Amino acid sequence: MLFVTGKGGVGKTTFASALASFAASIGKKTLIVEMDDKGALARSLATTELQFAAREVSPNLFAMSMNTEDSLREYIRLFVKNPLVNTFGPLAKILDFVANAAPGVKEILAVGKLCWEVREHNYDIVIVDAEATGHIVAQVDAPAILSGLVQVGVIREQTKWMQEMLHDKATTGVVIVATPEEMPVLETMQLLDTLHNTTNVGVSAVVANRVHDDVVQGGDVAVFNSLWQAVQSNAVPSDAVEALRAPMQLLNVATQRRQNEVGNLEQLVARSREGGVMFMSLMDIDAHDHDVVTSMTQVLKDELQ
Amino acid sequence: MKSLRTVLETGRLVVVTGSGGVGKTTMSAALGAFAASQYNRRVLVLTVDPARRLADALGLESFGNAVVEIESSALTRNGTPPAGRMFAAMIDTKASWDELIARCAPNTDVRDKVLSNKLYRNLTERFVHSHDYIAMERLFEAQQSNDYDLVIVDTPPSRNALDVLDAPKRMKEFFGSRLLKLLTTQAQSRLFSLAAKPFFLVADRILGARFLTDITEFFTLFRTMEEGFVKRANEVEAVLKQQDTSFMVVTTLESAPLHEAEFLIDALRERGFSLNTVIANRVTSKELIEQAQDALAKLEASVQDPSFVQAVVKATEAVEPTAGQISRVVSTISRKSAEAVRKGELEHITLEALRKRSSDSQAELCICAISGAEIARATALVALGESVHPA
Repeated sequence: MLFVTGKGGVGKTTFASALASFAASIGKKTLIVEMDDKGALARSLATTELQFAAREVSPNLFAMSMNTEDSLREYIRLFVKNPLVNTFGPLAKILDFVANAAPGVKEILAVGKLCWEVREHNYDIVIVDAEATGHIVAQVDAPAILSGLVQVGVIREQTKWMQEMLHDKATTGVVIVATPEEMPVLETMQLLDTLHNTTNVGVSAVVANRVHDDVVQGGDVAVFNSLWQAVQSNAVPSDAVEALRAPMQLLNVATQRRQNEVGNLEQLVARSREGGVMFMSLMDIDAHDHDVVTSMTQVLKDELQ
Repeated sequence: MKSLRTVLETGRLVVVTGSGGVGKTTMSAALGAFAASQYNRRVLVLTVDPARRLADALGLESFGNAVVEIESSALTRNGTPPAGRMFAAMIDTKASWDELIARCAPNTDVRDKVLSNKLYRNLTERFVHSHDYIAMERLFEAQQSNDYDLVIVDTPPSRNALDVLDAPKRMKEFFGSRLLKLLTTQAQSRLFSLAAKPFFLVADRILGARFLTDITEFFTLFRTMEEGFVKRANEVEAVLKQQDTSFMVVTTLESAPLHEAEFLIDALRERGFSLNTVIANRVTSKELIEQAQDALAKLEASVQDPSFVQAVVKATEAVEPTAGQISRVVSTISRKSAEAVRKGELEHITLEALRKRSSDSQAELCICAISGAEIARATALVALGESVHPA
């Protein structure tokens, strides 16, 4: 089970979709889960609205959208076995009670459903389009947090097997996606620390997404920079320099961005190596929505196979 | 519709929304720095993202929950000191909640009990989207204090950007809910309430009696603060709807943020908030695209010309390039800038659609040009804020 997280806007959903498509393509029965019911996963998989009941959207690839009310209903059916439940009518009110008043219950209903699918061996792999970096700990470690709050009761018992599963690094891992910019990299490093220091949840990989190419490479860099200087300073005025001015100005954004990227990536690589975490870098893909997923899936095939 | 400049000059509160990764925090700081430099106003920027470089740029050791003033020397440009003053604070959810409890608690006994309660700590730190409520609370407090003329607040990176605006309403609903009444009813009388029975049957079975007791205790305490909280929530809601409160949507021209921006534009309007500004961030300048296009046409014609090559050799003689390097570098420049031109043109088609969308919603579309440079000084922030112009 992989929880794909990252700062907002870095391409979590896209990466999770590509990873799931890749897993399905090599014959693994795969479940991908959207946790926030926002519809982004359906768009990224180029399919219609997802439901709580998983649906096979392409061969071997099953997708569902998490819904805590449905999860509670399933939970009660499976564990509480209270015949009265059916007479309660809509569970929404009870959910309201349970989920809004008791901290962590909503999280555990969602994570519990994921763990259940893993425990029952319903799939070879479960890929979760999870919460952003700021909330992932509350999500992935909900059972541990809740067991610290609750002394006795059914929930407390349930948290035990879930914790075992979530803390087993051979079974569960977090994948942190970042773009090579200041804030996403900073949040990634903070999350690596938090996960390591406050939880027993393992990190499977750090993925740098939307990495750009060098504008020029190797020995050409010095020539390029020297030319850029000449254009800027206008020290050797000529038609040639004039003709290069606007194109080079346009490229300057890419050059500077790349410079920052390199610095940020170095930090990310060093920190991943230090923590013994797999690091992967994905080039920027110039396409939209599902086309990005298709291209990224191909990249993952090339890289991981 | 008010222009961005009018908003900065006369507005009292600006709420900056937009999806993650579009540069909301930097934009908030840049507009704040510009407003403080340009107008004789006391400007507070409230942010949620602790960007280290931003703090460095502002000459701050670090952002904290407490408001700090940016030194006017940091905002002085070309010898001209700022016309106003700039303040900044980072919203620390935990510390803000503790302050809020301290203020709303009817007495110190309740305050201490709440602050040391295990559930409280978890509620505020981890579980509920408590940062949404606290962001609203902080902006209200700042706006009411009369210490600032303009407050710019960068909203938390919620998955749903509107959660933050609904937070006061949800807090009110929570206090008015049957749920809370049930929870805080005495345990004995609860048994006799037929309506409550199903809730407690299920809750007991799932959560366990002990947890239920803990929750009940906590919410009984919490309820003593109802009056303070509800009053606050009402006031916050009223402030958000005030004439001099202005909403802003920041986006880049990439598909996902744009999607979110379009959703926000509609949703803000539907809810009756006054959306005055939409900012398209990291836009390639149209002028530059056109210049590059012209230059590329000339470049193609002259690239084989010996005098062109000679000029390039002369310009780069310090590094003694080979002929092969020169031809490679020039062709790379020509190929990659042609690519950038093509992308830029597509961007401007998208921008045109966004302009129409904004004006349909009575909002002004402004552009902030892309720059690869990171903001290293406060004056660069001022310049960035100044550069934001109507499309």
